[in-house]
Amino acid sequence: MSALGALIRRDIRIALRVGGGALIGVLFFLTVVVLMPFALGPDLALLGRLGPAILWLGALLASLLTLDRLFMADHDDGSLDVILMSRTPLELACAAKALAHWLAAGVPLIVATPVLGMLLNLDGASTAAVALTLLAGTPALTFTGMIGAALAVTLQRGGLLLAVLVLPLSIPVLIFGVAASNAAIAGPLSFGTPFSILCALSLASLVIGPFAAAASLRHGLD
Amino acid sequence: MRLSGRGLRCVRGGREVFSGLEFHAAAGEALAVVGPNGAGKTSLLRLIAGLLAMDGGSIDLDGGDAELTLAEQAHYLGHRDAMKPALSVTENLTFWAEFLGGIPADPAECLAAVGLSHAALLPAAYLSAGQRRRLSIARLLAVRRPIWLLDEPTSALDAASQRIFAGLMTAHLAGGGLIVAATHAPLGIPARELRIGGES
Repeated sequence: MSALGALIRRDIRIALRVGGGALIGVLFFLTVVVLMPFALGPDLALLGRLGPAILWLGALLASLLTLDRLFMADHDDGSLDVILMSRTPLELACAAKALAHWLAAGVPLIVATPVLGMLLNLDGASTAAVALTLLAGTPALTFTGMIGAALAVTLQRGGLLLAVLVLPLSIPVLIFGVAASNAAIAGPLSFGTPFSILCALSLASLVIGPFAAAASLRHGLD
Repeated sequence: MRLSGRGLRCVRGGREVFSGLEFHAAAGEALAVVGPNGAGKTSLLRLIAGLLAMDGGSIDLDGGDAELTLAEQAHYLGHRDAMKPALSVTENLTFWAEFLGGIPADPAECLAAVGLSHAALLPAAYLSAGQRRRLSIARLLAVRRPIWLLDEPTSALDAASQRIFAGLMTAHLAGGGLIVAATHAPLGIPARELRIGGES
């Protein structure tokens, strides 16, 4: 356990230092959401209706932006070799790295949501609903994205590949994330149904992601 | 403890690098793998470290810890130094000591052993090539593992550092360790030679 704790602490520390990925994701999220009202015009009702979808799209793209370096950085400097030779199972090491990425790059997005909600004419309750769905759904984005990040390691310049591989996997998360947010804001569906499916998607990806990523890393040894 | 390989075959990118390779090394012994560029010295080390899939043959370790795999009892010192530029020298070393577990040594002592005490708080990004190499060597000391797989360990090291490193290798061998090193330059310690890939 101390090994995994050390890995999580190291990755968070690197992400928060100069040149790390944590702030880049939040800044991108901020940019996308701030630009939307200018593009859509000053129709407050329209902004309120589209708000949850805009926040979810912003969060999805922001989390993809920093994900491709998840394993690539460790591969490039040789750390991955040492991680492979450690006594920690590779699956757990992958899960720890994804958790660290979510803590450093995913949680700041959720924290920024209330501020950005104001720009999109969302009231307090609606913003809280979107933040709650993001809290439940962003782990799924990170843990499915991890599979693409592991595949990208074996192929040079796999950055675009990551987007192509990961986007189809993240579409269900996007659908149910936005559906749950809209259900909470406007109805008529109950909030519980899409939210439960969103949680299920996250839990399934927590299990499948580490195994798929570890298998891909092992297969791509070179 | 005895490490041996029989009938090893390695194929990289559809090209056979070597086949029918035999080697053995016992505790307290250093094996210097020599040969021309591209002969498969690095591939052999990565095969032993489990970082490359074998295309034939077998590698056995007799007398090691039965609970652990060969890779878990070996340190691999490659061309890439496995150090993060954003973290300080001490943070890098402490991380590997914690992550690799086992019996960790005091990071400050390991840094002193490779002559990096003065740079302990410096971000690794500011180290020279030779200093980075010395930091990777400190990782070998920070966690005790009996087998050292060294790929061109003395590259980028100055004469004084090479002497220090030779002393560290001698101490490791005296403590029952085993070294397999791919090298072009003399290691500075008595070593048996394993020549692969014809004449250099």
